[in-house]
Amino acid sequence: MSDSHASTGLKSWLTTTDHKRIGMLYFWSAFGFFLVGGFEALLIRAQLVRPDNTLVGAETFNQLFTMHATTMVFLALMPLSAAFFNYIVPLQIGARDVAFPRLNAFSYWVFLLGGLFINASFLFHAAPDGGWFGYANLTERQFSPGLNIDFWVLGLQILGIASLAAGFNFIVTILNLRAPGLTMMRLPVFTWMTLITSFLIITAFPVITVALVFLLFDRTFGTHFYVTSAGGDPILWQHLFWLFGHPEVYILILPAMGIISEVLPTFSRKPLFGYTVVVYSGVLIGFMGWGVWSHHMFAVGLGPIADSVFATGTMLIAIPTGVKIFNWLGTLWGGQIRYTTSLLFAVGFIAMFTIGGLSGITHASAPSDLQQTDTYYVVAHIHYVLFGGTVLGLFAGMYYWWPKMTGRLLNETLGKLHFWLIFVGMNLAFFPMHLSGLLGMPRRIYTYSPELGVTGFNQVSTVGAFIMGVGMLVFVYNLWWTRRRGVAAGPDPWGGATLEWSIPSPPPPHNFDVIPTVVSRLPRWSQTQLRAIPEGAEGPGPIHVPAGSWWPMVAAAGLPVMAIAPLTHTLWIVFVGAAILVFGIYRWAFEPFEV
Amino acid sequence: MSHAATVHHTSMGLDNRKMAFWAFIGSECLLFGSLISTYLIYQGRSISGPTPAQILNIPVTSVSTFDLLMSSLWMVLALAAVQRGDMKWAKIWLLGVAVGGLIFLGFQYYEFSSFVHEGLTLQANLFGATFFVLTGTHGAHVAVGVLWMLTLWVRALQGKLGPGHAITVEIAGLYWHFVDVVWIAIFTLVYLLHK
Amino acid sequence: MEDTTTPAQAHPTAATYLRIAAILVIITVVEVGVFYVPAFRPLMVPILLTLSAVKFVLVVMFYMHLKMDSPFFTFLFGGPFLLAGAVMIALLFLFGVFALGR
Repeated sequence: MSDSHASTGLKSWLTTTDHKRIGMLYFWSAFGFFLVGGFEALLIRAQLVRPDNTLVGAETFNQLFTMHATTMVFLALMPLSAAFFNYIVPLQIGARDVAFPRLNAFSYWVFLLGGLFINASFLFHAAPDGGWFGYANLTERQFSPGLNIDFWVLGLQILGIASLAAGFNFIVTILNLRAPGLTMMRLPVFTWMTLITSFLIITAFPVITVALVFLLFDRTFGTHFYVTSAGGDPILWQHLFWLFGHPEVYILILPAMGIISEVLPTFSRKPLFGYTVVVYSGVLIGFMGWGVWSHHMFAVGLGPIADSVFATGTMLIAIPTGVKIFNWLGTLWGGQIRYTTSLLFAVGFIAMFTIGGLSGITHASAPSDLQQTDTYYVVAHIHYVLFGGTVLGLFAGMYYWWPKMTGRLLNETLGKLHFWLIFVGMNLAFFPMHLSGLLGMPRRIYTYSPELGVTGFNQVSTVGAFIMGVGMLVFVYNLWWTRRRGVAAGPDPWGGATLEWSIPSPPPPHNFDVIPTVVSRLPRWSQTQLRAIPEGAEGPGPIHVPAGSWWPMVAAAGLPVMAIAPLTHTLWIVFVGAAILVFGIYRWAFEPFEV
Repeated sequence: MSHAATVHHTSMGLDNRKMAFWAFIGSECLLFGSLISTYLIYQGRSISGPTPAQILNIPVTSVSTFDLLMSSLWMVLALAAVQRGDMKWAKIWLLGVAVGGLIFLGFQYYEFSSFVHEGLTLQANLFGATFFVLTGTHGAHVAVGVLWMLTLWVRALQGKLGPGHAITVEIAGLYWHFVDVVWIAIFTLVYLLHK
Repeated sequence: MEDTTTPAQAHPTAATYLRIAAILVIITVVEVGVFYVPAFRPLMVPILLTLSAVKFVLVVMFYMHLKMDSPFFTFLFGGPFLLAGAVMIALLFLFGVFALGR
């Protein structure tokens, strides 16, 4: 039997394998990185507030937009989604933890160390500066001689391992650890979207791994994978990157879509409209997401056949996406709406993501995309779908599940203030970018001339961005205020339909006293769920919760150590790092650990 | 490897680790698929330096291919031995797999060093880069497999491996066979079908 | 650690494994033979691709036990495998390896 679990203290957090604790670790780390990425955005907007500005120089600006995007995608949005995968999915499926709790801890530590590694580049004034998509051959040693791109390549490789491990973990968890009676078509939509996202992760990340290996070898060993003078093709990088990159944007949006598919029914007091269609649309989006990657490459000269194929696929993928939007609207329609902050964010998601989708449709046509590509029009699209979509969806989730995770409700007045500041701020910030983009303002420029005629739009964007910053401060204050003064939530403050609302807030380590048997899609709304336990049914089984372990963290530590070797051009460090990794894995494999 | 004292109910009636491992193998298809695609895309595009026709040694590689195929046979025999509790033969076959892997790596070491000696390096041309990264990644996978097999062999020597642990040997087998299957693809596409 | 293969799908015997090993060796010999015999040159690509596909399927279905195991494992492996194949073919087209219309 496992030894005693100290429930407090640093050691208990460092060795935790409890999905709820790991979820909280992901949340705080990711939220911290989110603020860092936001700060980088504010610096960008401050520089662009007026033409010919001199707040930061060109090189610093390149680092700012590269790190803003890299941080937001890999260190904020994905891990914030992971926070909810971790905390909520086992609760929604009636499990005591994920399938591989130590692997789960390993994923977290690798993510944290990877995030710290890539940000450590700032200490060397060598933050990545080649854009978050790192196009070859700008990223070759010849054109990027410093450590910047090395930090980027190595940091992403480390982060990729964290994501892959989590992907395998959640696939097995969702498929194999469901409570009795919980068939796939009774799964909460958030859990379904987590499953699809996990499949996308395990198939897409290997491709970027290979792309990065080629770039690392070019930079470190003098190979010519992307070097034209040796017959190499920089377009290979673009293909490999976007083969990953397009599924990646679905990895970013599907979890948020899952969240609002939970929030909208709860605050409409109505089941999700067309559950089956929403689930199948998610699956379809996952598949089709693999067939559109070169719509990021319409300006590269792939030829009319390739362009047409990818344009068609891109237009088609709008169908399942649009279907979901109608289903969400259908959920609200005729419902008993409660205007909680969580609901406001969910409705905001629908509106903002739709706008982002519309600009996306205009990108789908290769000829119109040629006008838009590399202009601020694309920046507008990105931010409407990723901020208006993913971030608003994540905030909907935060307000929805914070009471479950902490036992206290976030303050609704502060929440609504947060929402309106963010909502107004984001539209001020990003809507003008459609216009400045079409007027010809290129992306990734550190300044612009007054003659371009986009000064007004930039000023409005900057004001919007700072309003968003104020909104985030309100949220931070809300988090702090709630710690002491938050209203106690109880197990089910919202009257939710799914299993997580049937246990205390926060849940005990073992989650469920008795693993429930599920007979409907909405267990807590269904009368049939409330039957007495039938004759002869099994009583509660033994509960045990595994103790923590140091080895996932030890093994994780081997990876950044290995990464130091290419940075410093010292080979032996690789072996030290590998030894730490292997040692950690062996101790992990042979330690007694009962799940 | 530790295992639960109680058998846990699973929704699909499948072992968690086995399911995770098949998902991992699926993921590895994308990894090797990207490497092989790059090799095929860059075939014939080297501007200078040794070409496959000049440098590949089909007879020698056929022998190493045969060796790897046989090691897959030792692996299934090892699993069968563990499943029936015949630890004497399990140890023999597990060691056989590890030795088979080491022989393969030995051949690869010989091949790599003779290629370098003949002027094909990572840096020489696209053929060098794509060949060494593809086959080197595969070789690294073989090396990890050898380590895994030796670990199982040592556990067997220590009396800590038995029919109750058959699933861990089965999973090691899945890894080994997959590495073999990737080599089947590489041997055909890189060696036999070279331009 | 449930491995719920039904009694009807028992493990292959050692004899089966040996037979498959023999087939794999024979196929490999044929492949190398096809490589060296000039008469087969024009058909080399389809023959070799087919032969190695057969080897691949034999190892996966029997040595990796996929044929006798849950169909779900076939899906779990087959899905990404087919995806990898489709991506590879798409990339080869995009880079002009199939030399269409030239």
